Amino acid sequence: MQKDGIEFMREYLKNTWDGIYTVLVGMRITFKHLFTPAVTIQYPEVKVKLPDRVRNRLYVNIDDCIGCDQCARACPVSCIEIDTVKSIPGEDLGITSNGKKKALWVTRFDIDIAKCCYCQLCVFPCPTECIYMTDVYEFSEYERANLLYKFSALNQDEAAQKKVNYEKFQAEKEAQKAAAAAAAAKPKPETPAQPSAN
Amino acid sequence: MYQFFFDLTGNVIISTLAVALVPLICVLLVTLFGVWLERKVSAWMQDRVGPNRIGPYGIFQCVADFVKMLQKEDAVSSEVDGVLYNIAPVLVFAGSFAAFAVIPFASTIIGSQVEVGLFYMLAASSFVVAGILMGGWSSNNKYSLLGSMRSAAQIISYEIPTALVVLSMVMLMGTLNLTQISEMQTGNFWHWNIFGGPGWALSKFLLIPFMVVGFIIIFISTLAEVNRTPFDIPEAESELVAGYFTEYCGMKYGMFMLAEYGNMFAVSLLVSVLFFGGYQSPVGYLGNVLGIKWLVSLEQFSWFFAKGWFFIFVQMWLRWTLPRLRVDQLMTLCWKYLIPYAVINLVIIGIISLL
Repeated sequence: MQKDGIEFMREYLKNTWDGIYTVLVGMRITFKHLFTPAVTIQYPEVKVKLPDRVRNRLYVNIDDCIGCDQCARACPVSCIEIDTVKSIPGEDLGITSNGKKKALWVTRFDIDIAKCCYCQLCVFPCPTECIYMTDVYEFSEYERANLLYKFSALNQDEAAQKKVNYEKFQAEKEAQKAAAAAAAAKPKPETPAQPSAN
Repeated sequence: MYQFFFDLTGNVIISTLAVALVPLICVLLVTLFGVWLERKVSAWMQDRVGPNRIGPYGIFQCVADFVKMLQKEDAVSSEVDGVLYNIAPVLVFAGSFAAFAVIPFASTIIGSQVEVGLFYMLAASSFVVAGILMGGWSSNNKYSLLGSMRSAAQIISYEIPTALVVLSMVMLMGTLNLTQISEMQTGNFWHWNIFGGPGWALSKFLLIPFMVVGFIIIFISTLAEVNRTPFDIPEAESELVAGYFTEYCGMKYGMFMLAEYGNMFAVSLLVSVLFFGGYQSPVGYLGNVLGIKWLVSLEQFSWFFAKGWFFIFVQMWLRWTLPRLRVDQLMTLCWKYLIPYAVINLVIIGIISLL
């Protein structure tokens, strides 16, 4: 009985001491942290450096685009839409930065970035490396229509003009062809033009 | 202070209101600043930044919160017990505010020179329990009821060690008047009660360890009385939503917050009056050196506030250090540890004060 009492008292005092001591240990730790600089990165003012290969907003360098449509075909969500018009002889479209000659007017190059899934599959097929991911990731909009990015260098009138030019050229060509055909047909009027004759 | 305002205005009502206004403004400012400090201290201790958008270091964050709270709709559930529900926040705040009536902010700034100040203060602050119980019961919400029941059990239990330590201090000082208790510890900081009180008798040195024990006990038990972590089981967020004020919103909720921070400040001041010389400066006064009377009062006021804020800071420090106690641990701490130690402390201090 006597021993139990002593044992109990020892445990009681030890509990008391442990209680005070452990609280002080904890307080020392929190006090240290009081002067530790915050780990918070205050986002709008401070930005974390992004990794090299991040995939964010798409950008098209339209000067290099040859209108090959490969990116649009690679896109799994069909968010790229491209319209092209053939150029007519005499129009100089220039060359791309890697020396390819441009032959098509890119009258429309729309990327609906709201649909984009950032897979980067459109980037790899591009022969001129003109479509690529940028490090811009803050492009929220109030209107969904604003997320439809138009990259074409031509405005609507110019695009229409190019189309008209091409159609005119085509019509002229047709007319020339017809005339040539007519001229070729003249010497032999008894045999009318047949598909198999060509 | 009442006499001063009475001489100034010659009107009983105006001077009474003016006297009541001083602690009210103190409590409001303490709450505003306290909430901000709480958030900042918690942020710093967790290596975060804390509020930093409104004003320098986010100091006006609480003003913005307060304005928001004021203009909120007073949504009341249809199942609440109307009268009690509406009275409860007022009672809680009145209880914590009433305690400030007898606290001497400086030798000249005191609401009321009551001879039984210490007794009055303990009584007024336990009045809060009634409000909390009312709020919890009338909310008609199981979490509120549980919270208020826990709070009542906790506050009533922890009154005992508080009262025992206060009793031992009263035995030593021989007065319940808080101004007199502060005045007895005048001079330098080694005259404070934590260092055994004034004089250089043998009893002073014998008292020091028991004073420290008494201080630790009263600090823990007052911490529990104001329902703060690690003793915040009445408002344990993870268990009881918000405890007894779950159903309250808008300014009624604000009243509970005011009461909480008012209580924190009141018990911090009580501890500093009992053990750390109240409004007494640790080193002497510039006003006495220069012979300017009002400067002394100002210095005393500042010292008192500094001490109060220090203990509030320690309370916050503990809050962000320790996890919450379980109910049985809470009761074990009170009944098996604090009360026996307080009783032994009381006896020993009594014997020493006889020497």
